[in-house]
Amino acid sequence: MIKPINATMPGKSGTDAYISPMLDIDGVSVHSLAERFGTPLFVVSEKQLRRNIRMAKRAFSTRLPKVVFAWSYKTNYLDAVCRAFHQEGSWAEVVSGFEYDKALSNGVPGDHIVFNGPSKNREDLEKALKNSSLIHIDNLDELYMLVELAGELQCRPQVAVRVNLNAGTLPVWDRFGFNLENGQALDAVSKIMSFGCMDLRGLHCHIGTFILSSKAYGIAAQKLADFACDIRRLFGVAVEYIDMGGGFASKNTLKASYLVGADICPSMDDYAEEIADAFHKAPFGKGEFPALLLETGRALVDDAGFLIASVLTNKRSAQGGRYTVMDAGVNLLFTSFWYNHKISPAQLYSQHFENTTLYGPLCMNIDVVREQVSLPLLNKGDLLVVHNVGAYNMTQWMQFITLRPNIVMIEENGGTKLIREAEKFDDVTRLERL
Amino acid sequence: MKRKKITVAVTGLNAIDNPGSGVSVIRSLRESELFECRIVGLAYELLEPGIYMKEIVDCAYQVPYPSAGTEALFQRIEQICEEEKLDVIIPNFDAELYSYIKLERRLDNLGVKVVLPTVQQFEERHKYNLSDFGKRSGILVPESVVCNSIGDFKDCPADKPIVVKGKFYDAFVVTGREQFEYHFSKIATKWGVPVIVQQFVDGAEFNVAGLGDGNGNLLAAVPMSKRFITDKGKAWAGVTVGDRRLVELAELFVKQTNWRGAFELELIKSKDGRFFLIEVNPRIPAWIYLTTAAGQNIPEAVVRMALGENPCAFESYEVGKMFVRYSWDMIVEQDEFAKFSMEGRT
Amino acid sequence: MKIRIKSDIALSKTGFVFNPQTGESFSLNPMGSEIFCLLRDGFSTEEVVKIITDRFDVSAHSFSTDLDDFVAMLRRYELTDEA
Repeated sequence: MIKPINATMPGKSGTDAYISPMLDIDGVSVHSLAERFGTPLFVVSEKQLRRNIRMAKRAFSTRLPKVVFAWSYKTNYLDAVCRAFHQEGSWAEVVSGFEYDKALSNGVPGDHIVFNGPSKNREDLEKALKNSSLIHIDNLDELYMLVELAGELQCRPQVAVRVNLNAGTLPVWDRFGFNLENGQALDAVSKIMSFGCMDLRGLHCHIGTFILSSKAYGIAAQKLADFACDIRRLFGVAVEYIDMGGGFASKNTLKASYLVGADICPSMDDYAEEIADAFHKAPFGKGEFPALLLETGRALVDDAGFLIASVLTNKRSAQGGRYTVMDAGVNLLFTSFWYNHKISPAQLYSQHFENTTLYGPLCMNIDVVREQVSLPLLNKGDLLVVHNVGAYNMTQWMQFITLRPNIVMIEENGGTKLIREAEKFDDVTRLERL
Repeated sequence: MKRKKITVAVTGLNAIDNPGSGVSVIRSLRESELFECRIVGLAYELLEPGIYMKEIVDCAYQVPYPSAGTEALFQRIEQICEEEKLDVIIPNFDAELYSYIKLERRLDNLGVKVVLPTVQQFEERHKYNLSDFGKRSGILVPESVVCNSIGDFKDCPADKPIVVKGKFYDAFVVTGREQFEYHFSKIATKWGVPVIVQQFVDGAEFNVAGLGDGNGNLLAAVPMSKRFITDKGKAWAGVTVGDRRLVELAELFVKQTNWRGAFELELIKSKDGRFFLIEVNPRIPAWIYLTTAAGQNIPEAVVRMALGENPCAFESYEVGKMFVRYSWDMIVEQDEFAKFSMEGRT
Repeated sequence: MKIRIKSDIALSKTGFVFNPQTGESFSLNPMGSEIFCLLRDGFSTEEVVKIITDRFDVSAHSFSTDLDDFVAMLRRYELTDEA
């Protein structure tokens, strides 16, 4: 192998790789997994996801009297993953009728399901009302529909108001819920109070996604806590909980980031400290200190997910650059559109690296997993491990051109089980009609 | 007095037209009356001039970029420590400081000391946090907007100049929407977001190189007026000045932040004579040798702090000391280049 | 196939290659250095495949792919004399 020696001055250029190979996941050999289940193959580490939720719980519950985690279904709604979180005490946070049904089928009690999102239809709401689930109201039409249903079904909806606010992060997510600063949120609360047919249980905000500044949560928590106190003063109602949503960053590296995600991602303690601090400073009445609800998804599951892929071939570009094609592409790795996923070879290699463009198998020009990544020489059939793919990929993946592959879980005891079978031809075609 | 023998690793050996501070730091250390330093250069790129300057660097090693992650950097330093008994590292490259701050404790376990601000101090002085900082500290700071996308800056004045700045490097003075968008995209592509858009303050440029002890005390401060500025905005000549207000600003800065370590304040004196703080660099500046010549050897004081000594504050500096930078074509044997590029060390 | 490496290209023991015509330099890994020497000594690519596969545990198919790539890169970097 030959490589030109190019000399420049320090700047934002590529790095020589000092990566180590990833031979096993939780002690199970990557090659044996690939032989047994084929590639591409998603692997979920049960140990890691349980470790994550336990650490998160510890970070928050050592600082606040009552903390509830609700597992964000959209982040990863594989039953095996959801159930692991539920076993750890997490409630369910869902944003569609489909997710709601999944939560029920996973045995979550109705009153431990938080129903969020901008699109809850009449049927969804009826179901949620019958099960006394917590409904987080996103818009006025939803509020009016709840008033109507409360009358029809003769029940008291248990609700929270989704609030959007400026926590100093950009962009401000003002499309969900009611704005705090311009008075929409207070207006929604007064409507709830004047209708008098539902119970305002909580307040909810979700400031954005992949928020690298823990301080923003402090600002948001303070604003919501103040709002809760205003409501107490104006209407005599003390909310039972404040839901700070999710958006905590994972160890992935955003494309626009210079430093590695794992180095700059705040710890759970950082987030917890900010939120707890704001709560403790708020003038809540005696015996009225609210519970904290959290819906963090990505930060709990991203680093528990891996994708094993096989090298299909290597090529040279017209300009002499190296291309490597592997059998997993953007159809499975939706997140590669915004992350530079860490890639490790799954076998020993020589210490000579070359900058490579890593492509997926699709016959589509957009199928690029990494524009530039320094990789050792790879042969056809060599395995690569893509890291931090536990969040969103196993839900946002596409059945496109090929079928979706197996997903296995490496259990805490070291066993391996198939948690989602690879799709077969019939799974896709049986829904079609001529 | 017998000088104490120590080994100091220094980065930023890129003594080019937009120079790193490494070579000036080393020149200052070489003049120390307290220490006899073995200097280990740490370089990212093969052609950083300092690597080949034998009277400056005793030995040089290549290190991985911060973008490879702190783990990679730490492993490399561990490797270097097998060959060199490093006592102190003085990092001089903006983009690497965060990694060194994160590694401080682990380096300490290796017996290697650094003198750096805390993560909080480091974050606060970031260009995108500077306006808040100004408000709290009472130091004048130009108005600025932090933008994650071009759309975040809506009211671009058509005829008044503004400054567009990258997170780590680069700043351009632009006028009008078109120029703004062009430079915004350029910076965002190179350094990522956020990009900072700042009010342009017209006036003369002053810098203050200083050192804080971490408890709110200013140990050193030498103000310099830029006398000649290159097209990259770097001082090519400068002179120490006696305006007390500049030292007072440094005092205020250190007091407000409890800053630990070296820093550089970049200031502009507006037409009406007020000083605006436009940037805080959390490291030793490239012109540091001037402070040494003027009587405040800041790199030596940094080393003393690193070694756990409590250097007392410098009381004065010589006003009117001048530096004129020059470039020099050094002859490098191909063997040296081949060795460094193949083995990653001299 | 014979690949003629330019006669004035210098290769050091550590794998540093210098092209005096252009001033460019390159790095070779140990296997690259070995192949480079064999080609410079006049062995054809077919002979190189034989020599290397006899000596190392590598399939002719896999090695040929790598060798083709290597030769293509030598050409691209203008280190060969094309007939």
